[in-house]
Amino acid sequence: MTKEMLKGNVAIAEAAVRAGLNAYFGYPITPQTELLEYLSARMPELGRAFVQAESELGAVNMVYGAACTGARVLSSSSSPGISLMMEGISYIYGTEIPVVLVDVMRGGPGLGNIAPAQADYNQIVHGGGHGDMHPIVLAPANVQEAIDITYNAFDLAEKYRTIVVILADGSLGQIMEPAELPEMKPLLMRQPDWATYGAEGRPKRFLSSINIDPAKHEIFNIRMEQRWQKIIANEIRFKEYYLDDAKYAVVAFGTSGRIALSAVRSARAKGIPVGLFRPVSLAPFPEQALYELSKRLEGLLVVEMNNGQMLEDVIKITRHQTPIDFYARTGGIVPMPEEIEAAILRMVEEPVNTTEHPRDRWLARLSQELIGGS
Amino acid sequence: MVQAALEEQIVYSRPESFTAVQTHYCPGCTHGTAHRLVAEVIDEMEIREKTVGVASVGCSVFAYNYFNMDFVQAPHGRAPAMATGVKRVLPDRFVFTYQGDGDLASIGMGEIVAAAARGENITVIFINNANYGMTGGQMAPTTLPGQQTSSSPNGRDVEVMGFPIRTAELLSTLDGASYVVRRSLHDPKNIRMAKKAIRMAFETQKQGLGFSMVELLSVCPTNWGMTPYQANQWVQSAMVPYYPLNDFKVHPALANFRV
Ligand SMILES: Cc1ncc(C[n+]2csc(CCOP(=O)(O)OP(=O)(O)O)c2C)c(N)n1
Ligand code: SF4
Repeated sequence: MTKEMLKGNVAIAEAAVRAGLNAYFGYPITPQTELLEYLSARMPELGRAFVQAESELGAVNMVYGAACTGARVLSSSSSPGISLMMEGISYIYGTEIPVVLVDVMRGGPGLGNIAPAQADYNQIVHGGGHGDMHPIVLAPANVQEAIDITYNAFDLAEKYRTIVVILADGSLGQIMEPAELPEMKPLLMRQPDWATYGAEGRPKRFLSSINIDPAKHEIFNIRMEQRWQKIIANEIRFKEYYLDDAKYAVVAFGTSGRIALSAVRSARAKGIPVGLFRPVSLAPFPEQALYELSKRLEGLLVVEMNNGQMLEDVIKITRHQTPIDFYARTGGIVPMPEEIEAAILRMVEEPVNTTEHPRDRWLARLSQELIGGS
Repeated sequence: MVQAALEEQIVYSRPESFTAVQTHYCPGCTHGTAHRLVAEVIDEMEIREKTVGVASVGCSVFAYNYFNMDFVQAPHGRAPAMATGVKRVLPDRFVFTYQGDGDLASIGMGEIVAAAARGENITVIFINNANYGMTGGQMAPTTLPGQQTSSSPNGRDVEVMGFPIRTAELLSTLDGASYVVRRSLHDPKNIRMAKKAIRMAFETQKQGLGFSMVELLSVCPTNWGMTPYQANQWVQSAMVPYYPLNDFKVHPALANFRV
């Protein structure tokens, strides 16, 4: 196969089609809309189901119903729409239904704007709705990685009967770059032994997230937590760059990971022994690998496009093995490689005061730069 | 003289589409009646093995325990969206939702209107009992003007709480809706008519004509604070005048179909 120029949103859509997508349900929202638009032509052309829903509430519940039949189902949205889907995500998780969702994050809170951001980290990685729950969350940093993750996401969701969220952002959704699409898998009408598609020649089944007896629900929660332990054991993914001899490291995911890589390269060119640790699975998070890495570092810089949501996890995971610094842009602003490089140099030249929270120093500096005054 | 053995003839039995369990419904509640009618229709059409039901949130949340067929259970109000998902991937199956008036006409108004407007080829059984049964009898969109409920203790004041919604009339204005009628469950004659309507709704789906809904006036003696007898009387005297029993939309292709 050859590489072609592909836009992130379209590449994710086509990768899902080739993974054997039976049905797509979605609602327009920038910067995700091309995904829906592409599938509005592609799915009917292949005789597969496509519905533009009345809202994200509608879309996520269409996904819920269709996935209950055993079909491969996808929906996609962006931050405000994902907020609206939270109810359905919790129900789907509580019913153990495999589903794949794409969140192309934008600036928030509120209506915010349509520029790239990473501020859904908490709502997806630590959330996904009410109750004890853990969706699998995968964060690609380029179009090829987005394709590969999407293509395998359905197998992953079905393996654990759970939700896989592909956490992208407006930049990845909109960017065009050369990438290679995988081959088309045959379309199957799966009939797994838990699915509801009409009780022909077998006892009836029902699918529900209700467990009116707390004792039974406690057992359900424990069982799901055991499943999560298996997912932690098997599904952790991360990428390491220039870390073999590194004394410093940047930790960043998705688009900020991609930009940080440029910054790391130019800092290296200036002789600074710095590398990049890029978590691909945000849930399960590569905790052990990051902890081990932190033990041999002189400093660690967390870079995000939010006010430090993953930062809290990194602080918790590294257990003060190394000083932590923080750099971020937020609200739809994407950091430039030069800004991150400057932050790397600062970490090396002005070691952080470990008694204060890494966010304090960043907040003071950014407040001064952007708002002024004291 | 040897008497010839009397031949037994079964005239009434439990539908196959009905599970042999006791329901949790209050004595006199017509949820059970509505379930039974749906089960009989599904038996008569011989579609039990090809049907997927969608339960909602309300007293009928456990409907899946009582129907002997595949079932899913939706978040509050979202049953029409879930049914859409099932039907779109399995267009040859029969898909129906079973929803209360809080579920369908309050929190789920968006989903039901959109499903009807899309002409989604599903059947909706809509139980209008003029209050929120499961949570203890609060005011619903269908609560009548002046009606006392646990959240309108002085009676529904339309100046403050607005007016009841006549759902069947409202949905019948949508081109995607092919069969929209209202019936009642308060006496045997009306129950027979309700069953015919449910059959028509499923036939609408069978013929691929699009959205069908039967609104059923139903009693909630527990939260109305009435005996079952009084409750049925109240449907006749108070509800039927406000919610006329009528065919609001019947697709021309159904005109010659006789149950
Ligand atoms: C999102 C959400 N909000 C509120 C509730 C609480 N709740 C459960 S049942 C119900 C009312 C159901 O009333 P109705 O649809 O009229 O059905 P009935 O019980 O009368 O048959 C409510 C408000 C819920 N389960 N989910
Ligand atoms: S509370 Fe009302 S609607 Fe619910 S089961 Fe009892 S009588 Fe029926």
